[in-house]
Order: sequence, then C-alpha cells, then structure tokens
Amino acid sequence: MSLGWDIFQQMERLRRDMDSFLGADAWGWRTRPTFRWSFLPGRAARAYPLLNVGEDENNVYIDALAPGLKPDSVNITAVGEQLSIAGEKPVLGEGIQAEAYHRNERAAGRFVRTIALPAPVDQNKAAAEYKNGVLTITVPKAAQAKPRQISITTD
Amino acid sequence: MAETTAPAKTQEKTDLAPTREESRYLTPPVDIYETADALVVAADVPGAEKDTVSIRVDNGILTIEAKPSYQPRGTAYSEEFALLNFYRQFQLPDAIDQDKIEAQYKHGVLTVTLPKAEAVKPRQIAVNVK
Repeated sequence: MSLGWDIFQQMERLRRDMDSFLGADAWGWRTRPTFRWSFLPGRAARAYPLLNVGEDENNVYIDALAPGLKPDSVNITAVGEQLSIAGEKPVLGEGIQAEAYHRNERAAGRFVRTIALPAPVDQNKAAAEYKNGVLTITVPKAAQAKPRQISITTD
Repeated sequence: MAETTAPAKTQEKTDLAPTREESRYLTPPVDIYETADALVVAADVPGAEKDTVSIRVDNGILTIEAKPSYQPRGTAYSEEFALLNFYRQFQLPDAIDQDKIEAQYKHGVLTVTLPKAEAVKPRQIAVNVK
C-alpha cells in the first residue's frame, strides 16, 4: 500500500510529540518536565502523594506533598534505587454522616507509592521530616554512585 | 505643568460577590461539614508556615489565604508539583456567629470552625400533657 501517508505512523508521531511536550520520552517514562505543574491532587489523583525528586553530588532529595497525614503512620523504605512511601491520611471529623458534608474534596485514606531514584542510595542514613504537610526525605547516595575525582599523574 | 491625575478606576464592589486575587493562585481542596453546633471548613494548604496563613471574614465572605514557601531541593530529577499562593473564598450563611470563628493549622491542614448562631441551633421542646 503506497499511499505515502500512513495514519498509524502519523498517530504515533503525534503521540511522541505530545509525550515530549508533557515531559516523557518516547517510551512514556517521565523525564525532566518541560513546564511545571501547579495544582493539588484531589480525589481523582492516580499517584499519591505527588513527589519532587532532586539530587546533588552526595544526596537524593525526595519531597512529598502530603498534607494531613498521621505522622506515626508514615513508613518509608529505601532499597537500592527504589523508595516506597506508605501512610495514612485520616478522615477529618470522625463519625460525621455523609449527609452532613457540604463539600468533600480532600481525599483521605491509606496510600503507598514506590518510585525509582536517580541513583542507588545508602538506606541506613536516610532522614525524613514532616513539616507543614510536606514530607522531606534526604537519602545519601551509595558510595559507588558518588562521583570520584581521579587525579592524573604526570612524569 | 500641573498634571492632574484622574482618580484610579475602582471596580464597583458588589455585595457578596466573591472576588479574585489578581496573581496566579491555587484553589485548595476543602471539606465542609456540619456538626450539631458548628460548620467546619478544612482546607489542604501544604508547605505554608503558620504565620502566612490568613483567614478573613468580610461582609459575610470567608477568605482563606496561604503563602507556601516550599522550594524543590537539588537538581531536579523529576518534578510533579510546584506550589503557588493558596486562595479561596466562600460565602457564609447568615446563621454563623462571626465573632466566635476559630481556626487551627496543623500538618498543612487548615481547619476553620464556624459556630452556628444560637438562634438557629436545634432546640428540644418538651411537651406537657395535662
């Protein structure tokens, strides 16, 4: 069929263009975003909590947008290049009947989310803090993932 | 020489019309529920320090504002959220005792308790049988 115009090829190209526009590569993996999102996930959020991952030479920084958590329910585990965050956002106003709600937009319940980190980490030295509804996690990179300065000897 | 400055055009303020802040803002998700003696408004405003959170009641309109100070750390590897100022307004019913409004900010959740006025609270009336 030599029409010179293949609709499937065109659709595939469009999909790739949209992906790269939205900050994903050709296989749908998330890469660096082309623009920043500003919104709060509500009831329809697929991934909860939303995470910002950053890195420098020595550490990996993970920030989770998770207001209203029960701090002692948060469970963070890091193994190799994976990090899991589990916890519970309790329902406010225990025992309130559904009819008594005028608006119910804040999602509540248990959650777990696992993400891939940019480098293997040393899970024994992880530190986490929960302040004003933002969970900030700092994990040092594993020794083999840190950049090393190699000195050159000359005769 | 004497330049006269015309008075700046002021937008006509209509009663009870929720206004909007000019800059870009986020609308925080809220829960509003009613108990026997109060209306409770809970809003998710994460990343803001307590003293940047403000609640105003003006002309029967409740305004919730917060200015988060969160900044991402390190070189971005993946970014899923960015925070802007939070802003949201609600029109209050008349049956709220505006002098007794209380608010609490904890773990990024702002809880505003709006007590109902005495006049509208349910009252039990005893029936006397003669």
